[in-house]
Amino acid sequence: MILMTQNSGVKLMAALNSRKCFLLCGLLIVVVFFPAVAVTQHAYININNPLIRKIPVAIPFFKAFTGHEDEVGLGKNAVDIMSSALDFTGYLEVMDRGSFIENPAQKGITGSEINYKNWTVIGSELLITGGIMEQNGAVRLELRLFDPFKETLLIGKVYTGHKADIKSMVYRFCAEISLLLTGKLGVFGSRIAFVSTVSGNKEIFVCDFDGGNISRITNFNNITMSPAWSSDGNFLAFTSYAKGNPDLYIRDLRSNKNVVFSKKGLNITPAWLPGQFALAATLSFSGDQDIYLLTGSGEVKRQLTKEMGIDVSPAFSPDGTKFAFVSKRSGTPQIYIGDSGSGSSSRLTFKGSYNTSPAWSPDGDKIAYVGVVKNSINIYVIGANGGEPTQLTSGQGDNEDPSWSPDGNLIAFSSTRQGASRIFVMTSTGSDQRLLFTFGGAQTDPAWSSAYGNK
Amino acid sequence: MGKKIVVRIMVLLFLSAMMLTVSCAKKSVETDPSAGIENQGSQDGLSAEEIARQKALEEERLREEAMRKAIAAERERFENQDIYFDFDSSELVPDARMLLKEKADFLTRNSGLTVTIEGHCDDRGTTEYNLALGERRAMSAKRYLQDLGIAEFRLNTISYGEERPVVQGNDESAWSRNRRAHFVIR
Repeated sequence: MILMTQNSGVKLMAALNSRKCFLLCGLLIVVVFFPAVAVTQHAYININNPLIRKIPVAIPFFKAFTGHEDEVGLGKNAVDIMSSALDFTGYLEVMDRGSFIENPAQKGITGSEINYKNWTVIGSELLITGGIMEQNGAVRLELRLFDPFKETLLIGKVYTGHKADIKSMVYRFCAEISLLLTGKLGVFGSRIAFVSTVSGNKEIFVCDFDGGNISRITNFNNITMSPAWSSDGNFLAFTSYAKGNPDLYIRDLRSNKNVVFSKKGLNITPAWLPGQFALAATLSFSGDQDIYLLTGSGEVKRQLTKEMGIDVSPAFSPDGTKFAFVSKRSGTPQIYIGDSGSGSSSRLTFKGSYNTSPAWSPDGDKIAYVGVVKNSINIYVIGANGGEPTQLTSGQGDNEDPSWSPDGNLIAFSSTRQGASRIFVMTSTGSDQRLLFTFGGAQTDPAWSSAYGNK
Repeated sequence: MGKKIVVRIMVLLFLSAMMLTVSCAKKSVETDPSAGIENQGSQDGLSAEEIARQKALEEERLREEAMRKAIAAERERFENQDIYFDFDSSELVPDARMLLKEKADFLTRNSGLTVTIEGHCDDRGTTEYNLALGERRAMSAKRYLQDLGIAEFRLNTISYGEERPVVQGNDESAWSRNRRAHFVIR
């Protein structure tokens, strides 16, 4: 195995000692040590398999290279962030450290210092070791992923940066792990926008993918709803009654400036066209609720649906050529698939008399939606080309507003199973349903941003 | 010396004030209770015609007040009588049509008023879809009022979807009262 010497690490750190320089370049410097055995981009896990068995991963405490108090604390912080992030995936099981036989924080974190047998014997199929060095706020974090059974290093990276960037260093490594195991970057670093009534009115908030770091986005003291992320994560579109009418807002999150699109009637249910500064929304200025394509600066480009009756809630396919939407043209609300170019459309759902809120999976092959059967509201998944729907939630309150994680592995949704509506997360097959966070008021309308690294 | 004079003047003033009061009291006691309204009226210097005019005015005031009250009650009824809809429907049921006729009548008689029709939904189903459904409910009511001769410019619509329920609850009695069009005079 090729390893970086500590010397070169120190040199690197010296080069980056200036925080100013660091902010200017705005990048984490990553050094890759190449695994001894070339690893192909082989997916260890098929996350679409409903019978998925969680892979046990051992994450022993990180080594503090110089061992001073701050460094030890940062190392503890880093290992905790990693453990909860990997646990969050739903396909990894972070092992209890009580079963560990050896302690890499003392014995050593490199392949030559590890006795793989000590890990295979406790059933650890993956092992992550870490080492941290901190000096005047500059951090060097060494992370390795091993396959103890094959006795190989799968991923090895060194991240250098300011100590405030530890979280993103850890998330980047988690994304590497995810890419290796599933073929996708995962959810790490992605964010979830949602609506909360904590202040007494519906306002929009944003949190990290794991429910941490909640921050408030709007302060209109009125009904504000339906947040939608642009692909680059720089814009949030939403609807607000701030000026009395349900208007469409396009907020630049970098400047916090809004473009307000306000025509007579409804200006609702925005959905961004993937990879473009354009979005679809339902407008009713004509007297009929139809879906239109708008530019990101708020000009109508063209009309996407033309039939009489309610057409709402567009959701684009990942390539943007098609969009799912809700229409009442057949008498009850059903999911339809429209062609973004020709405007032609066909009905997707036939079971049940109330199917709404479509969300197109990032893989493009599935559509999650809400179905109401005998007053119970649940989340279903159906193939984008049709077929039999699969029910993902049942018997636990009302479940609404499905939103896919950027890797397609998870679905965020709102549920009243614990009383007031809360944001929950489950795998795309409906397993591992869990509360994302607790917060005052009711939470609804989760919207998951694009993947980390896409920015 | 000066002090004594001041005290004397004050005593004099006090006594004369007392006498005045007494004489007034005496005068009112002396008034003949059988003198009647005319007498009193003539004492106040008002003619019989003037009194009749005042009576008429008072009656008119009462009539106007009663009318104002009736209008206020009618106005209140106009605003507070919601029309109701079936689940996932924006069609006007017979009861709703009856109420709308009454509202059209009110609007015809009060031609200066403009109205906002709010469309509302119960909380079953999806918030986004319900925004559209609420708008269709408001528009159904608006179109019907237009058919009954109310000018379009007097009728505005807005949908609140399921955002402003009038009743909290998770049963049909709550749901059915929340599926409504509400009328606000602007």
